[in-house]
Amino acid sequence: MKFALFALSVLTLSTANSPTKVDGYKIGDIATDFSLPNVDGDMVSLGDFKDAKGFIVIFTCNTCPYSVAYEDRIIALDKKYKSRGYPVIAINPNDPAAIEGDELADMKVRAVEKGFTFPYLQDVGQQVYPQYGATKTPHVFVLQKEDEKNIVRYIGAIDDSSRSPKNVTKRFVEQSVDGLLAGKTLTITRTKAIGCSIKKL
Amino acid sequence: MKPYLLHVVLLFASYLFSQTTEVIYLDYPQLQPLLHQNSESVQVVNFWATWCAPCIKELPYFEELNKLGNVDVLLVSLDFPKHKEKRLIPFVEKHKLQSKVVHLDDEDENYWINEISATWSGALPASLIYSQNRRRFYEQSFTKDELFNEVKSYF
Repeated sequence: MKFALFALSVLTLSTANSPTKVDGYKIGDIATDFSLPNVDGDMVSLGDFKDAKGFIVIFTCNTCPYSVAYEDRIIALDKKYKSRGYPVIAINPNDPAAIEGDELADMKVRAVEKGFTFPYLQDVGQQVYPQYGATKTPHVFVLQKEDEKNIVRYIGAIDDSSRSPKNVTKRFVEQSVDGLLAGKTLTITRTKAIGCSIKKL
Repeated sequence: MKPYLLHVVLLFASYLFSQTTEVIYLDYPQLQPLLHQNSESVQVVNFWATWCAPCIKELPYFEELNKLGNVDVLLVSLDFPKHKEKRLIPFVEKHKLQSKVVHLDDEDENYWINEISATWSGALPASLIYSQNRRRFYEQSFTKDELFNEVKSYF
């Protein structure tokens, strides 16, 4: 085990500072499922949500001010879209050994404090975020379920004003999910916002 | 119109008294020319914020770079506007930053992130290095050696 951890840390060290060439998912790719621990102690997979029409997967964390600035808006997204078949699934991609405050126990405290209505999962071993191609927190992937496959339909920002909710003019995630619910082909599929780099050793 | 004029005046004032520790507030159209300077020196632009731990770790390397005669360093802070007075300015003063510091206060991130570099996902820290014949964006942290070696490759 010790050796495996050492090998893993050497592997991550060697890539930590190299120029980021992120592949990850493109629009239309099939997102793989995962099984990750939730703040309530359960393991959560996309496959658990039999009635979902899709998912709003958000890589986010406790420690990034941009993530914190979006907490209320993430809760609002879940409240609005869970009943319509698109629940929020939050995943913390940070290695808790690389940053103080992102342990599962810390995540549990934050989830209770803020009254998160959605799963808040830890990307144990940091296996999931690289597959998605997440590079920062927050980073959103809207998935649409088709024949039990989760197809990536939108990647990017929650809206166009990370710093002040009252100045939002374009609600990118809402537009995407509304469009998918209406059976439309999305016109805006990728957006960008400032975020915190994902923390790794 | 008036706030814009004020910006311009402040910009010129800060050039005149460029002892730094002064933080200029810019929107993207005002920042844009600073990312396209026609200079003999290598231009190094670092995007950072006081709350970004890996940014703070590498900041001293950029300060050291700035001491070299033929490198100009520009530190572009992405701190929240509400934290300008309470966090950004005290940080700049406490650490006596000598590089030019500007605060990018422009909400339309989806626009200007792509304008700065199509390859930037928006994660911090990030840096832009350019000279008259080469330009590259780096969405990554640097060690001191990595940064100095990278900048050397522009000469």
